[in-house]
Amino acid sequence: MDISKVPGKNSKHKVLVYALSTCVWCKMTKQFLKDNNVGYEFVDVDLCTDNDKAKIRADIVSKGGTLSYPITIVDGKKVITGFRKDQLKEALEL
Amino acid sequence: MRKRAEADAKTFGYYLVPDPELLQGFLEGLKTNEERYGYPSCPCRLAAQKLEYDRDIICPCDYRDPDVAEFGACYCRLYVNKEVFEGKTELPTVPERRPLEKQARAFQAVSIPKEAKPAEKASAPAAAKEETEEMVEIRPKMWYCKQCGYVVFRDDPPYVCPICKAKREMFAEIKMKIDFSV
Repeated sequence: MDISKVPGKNSKHKVLVYALSTCVWCKMTKQFLKDNNVGYEFVDVDLCTDNDKAKIRADIVSKGGTLSYPITIVDGKKVITGFRKDQLKEALEL
Repeated sequence: MRKRAEADAKTFGYYLVPDPELLQGFLEGLKTNEERYGYPSCPCRLAAQKLEYDRDIICPCDYRDPDVAEFGACYCRLYVNKEVFEGKTELPTVPERRPLEKQARAFQAVSIPKEAKPAEKASAPAAAKEETEEMVEIRPKMWYCKQCGYVVFRDDPPYVCPICKAKREMFAEIKMKIDFSV
């Protein structure tokens, strides 16, 4: 699976974003994290192989998430669906 | 892409999202998907990359009408209603309405019955389809505009009649029965 890393000064939390390369809200989520200097990892799910897609789906579902993008997973536990600034700020203590 | 979206919005009584940056982003996403898959599937949804499974999320998707009616915007928020367009109400957050089993197909996680014909697929929700095929409610449905007679085959009647601009309330259902015994 192709996981891209974006470095940032704020590495208090482990942040993983499941995104779609075509999705505006996913881009805005990435930009929001970048603007706030949050280091994060992301996967553009639409560019993954079918095998990886199945794994990603299992991961999302196991964490109680829905299959709507973007999906931001904080510290491997907290799942935030959609570009929700308020929820991201709270979870990342921004 | 932009012209197509504008024309469609105009025809069906919608507006495109007023924020130019968002609009540009959506149109680029649609264009990318059209180049990739051959059809402009929703930029905010994962495509199965098979036309028969993605048909419901080709923009404008099957869920636009109910979403704009209920929330004021479609799922990705390319299409909005007049209030949102004029800034009277904020751009809403729209939850996913697409049935889970259709979403799951994009992840290759469900076994897809090989013999499923498009005509049968149209009768989803597919939970216990095989046993109760004759009982199942037929979706989409047929609707006709009581003002001009325009007939349309979809889950819900359009927001406005594309021909005479009558409102949704002017649409009445045409009851159908499909015989699967042939």
